[in-house]
Amino acid sequence: MKTVLEVLKEIRPEFDFTTSEDFIADGMLDSFDVVTLISELDRRYGISIAGTDILPENVRNLAAIQQLLLKYGIAP
Amino acid sequence: MNFSFSGKRIAGVLTVLPANERSFMDDMKNFDFPEEKSLKLKKVMGYDRHRIVTGDTCVSDLAVHGFRHLFDRGLVKPDELDALVVVTQSPDYFMPATSNVIQGRLNLPHDMLCMDIPQGCAGFIVGLIQAFMMLEQASINKVALVNADVLSRKVSPRDKNSFPLIGDAACITILEKADDRQPIHANLKMDGTHHEVLIIPAGGFRMPSTPQTAVMEDVGDHNYRAKDNLTMNGTAVFNFVQVEVPPMIESLLQQAALPIEQIDYFMFHQPNKFMLGKLADRMRISHARMPSNIVENFGNASGATIPTNITFNLARPLLNETLTLCMAGFGVGLTWASLVMQVGRLAFCEIIDY
Repeated sequence: MKTVLEVLKEIRPEFDFTTSEDFIADGMLDSFDVVTLISELDRRYGISIAGTDILPENVRNLAAIQQLLLKYGIAP
Repeated sequence: MNFSFSGKRIAGVLTVLPANERSFMDDMKNFDFPEEKSLKLKKVMGYDRHRIVTGDTCVSDLAVHGFRHLFDRGLVKPDELDALVVVTQSPDYFMPATSNVIQGRLNLPHDMLCMDIPQGCAGFIVGLIQAFMMLEQASINKVALVNADVLSRKVSPRDKNSFPLIGDAACITILEKADDRQPIHANLKMDGTHHEVLIIPAGGFRMPSTPQTAVMEDVGDHNYRAKDNLTMNGTAVFNFVQVEVPPMIESLLQQAALPIEQIDYFMFHQPNKFMLGKLADRMRISHARMPSNIVENFGNASGATIPTNITFNLARPLLNETLTLCMAGFGVGLTWASLVMQVGRLAFCEIIDY
């Protein structure tokens, strides 16, 4: 998960994403952060995450993001 | 709901844009947001510059300017128009209809049907369907469809969800009867249970404007707006579009018995570059066949984005040849609608400034 953590850190450097189970509820990612995150994951892994998968539950924590990437054949 | 027509065509399209241009770099100064984050937003969403009106410019001002341009050059004759349909969410007045105001300012004939339709992002398709239905009448041979909004006047400059993408414009599309029987297919759906997703809460009879509704409030995510301002739940709109639009297009093309490869261009409403890119990927359409450069150049002017997409990106080919266009609009209502038809050999297809 080092790369995903790096992406999150670039978006919101002020937070420690290893300590939260819900980035949205904890106020660590807003709606534009989510768009930036998806865009960056698309670019880094050469995929296009479907718009229907861009849901809060799929970016809630590191495990959820990992599951989302696995759906696109990426094992970070 | 499906619609089909034949024996009708688009004769020409004109876009009128306010000459006043603002840049995203200017807008950023109003946001309570780190500059670095704003620049990321600019890149991902495709924000760059947008055209917005100044002072008290209204929809009828932009439309009258456009009609005078067409009349002065003989591209349209005033006495040929049998109907004037104005699609707007920013009318000059609650009453009378803006179509009547435009008719009066231009001294158009009294033997004319004027109609306003309060629709937004799907308003070009809704307006086309309405115009084509009018053209079924023996007494109506030519319809002027105006898609126009000046919604920047209702958006808080401190709302980074809405202000960077908003644009103002008026588009005039002339529809007429045609000798050839090329089929036109359309579909439309509405879901009023989510009407609050895109809304201006105050200013109507439900919540009249008062000094209190003009007070800026901190609505979270570093955004400030008043109840008099346009409010958009961006996440809800995004999810609605991604879920509803691809099956709508699939259904439209089935109805028209057209394989997706036979569509030359997908001219969709443009809320932002990211959303459109995701739609194109989901529908396996190359980004080149779905132009997405209107928001970055002019902003999103609701129902005017699709005709502006046409005048900005396809003017040259459409003056000389015929293309098969699949058009789709989606937004306020909620409303989502699409239409496929052949468009081409237009008498005019251009953009002018106001």
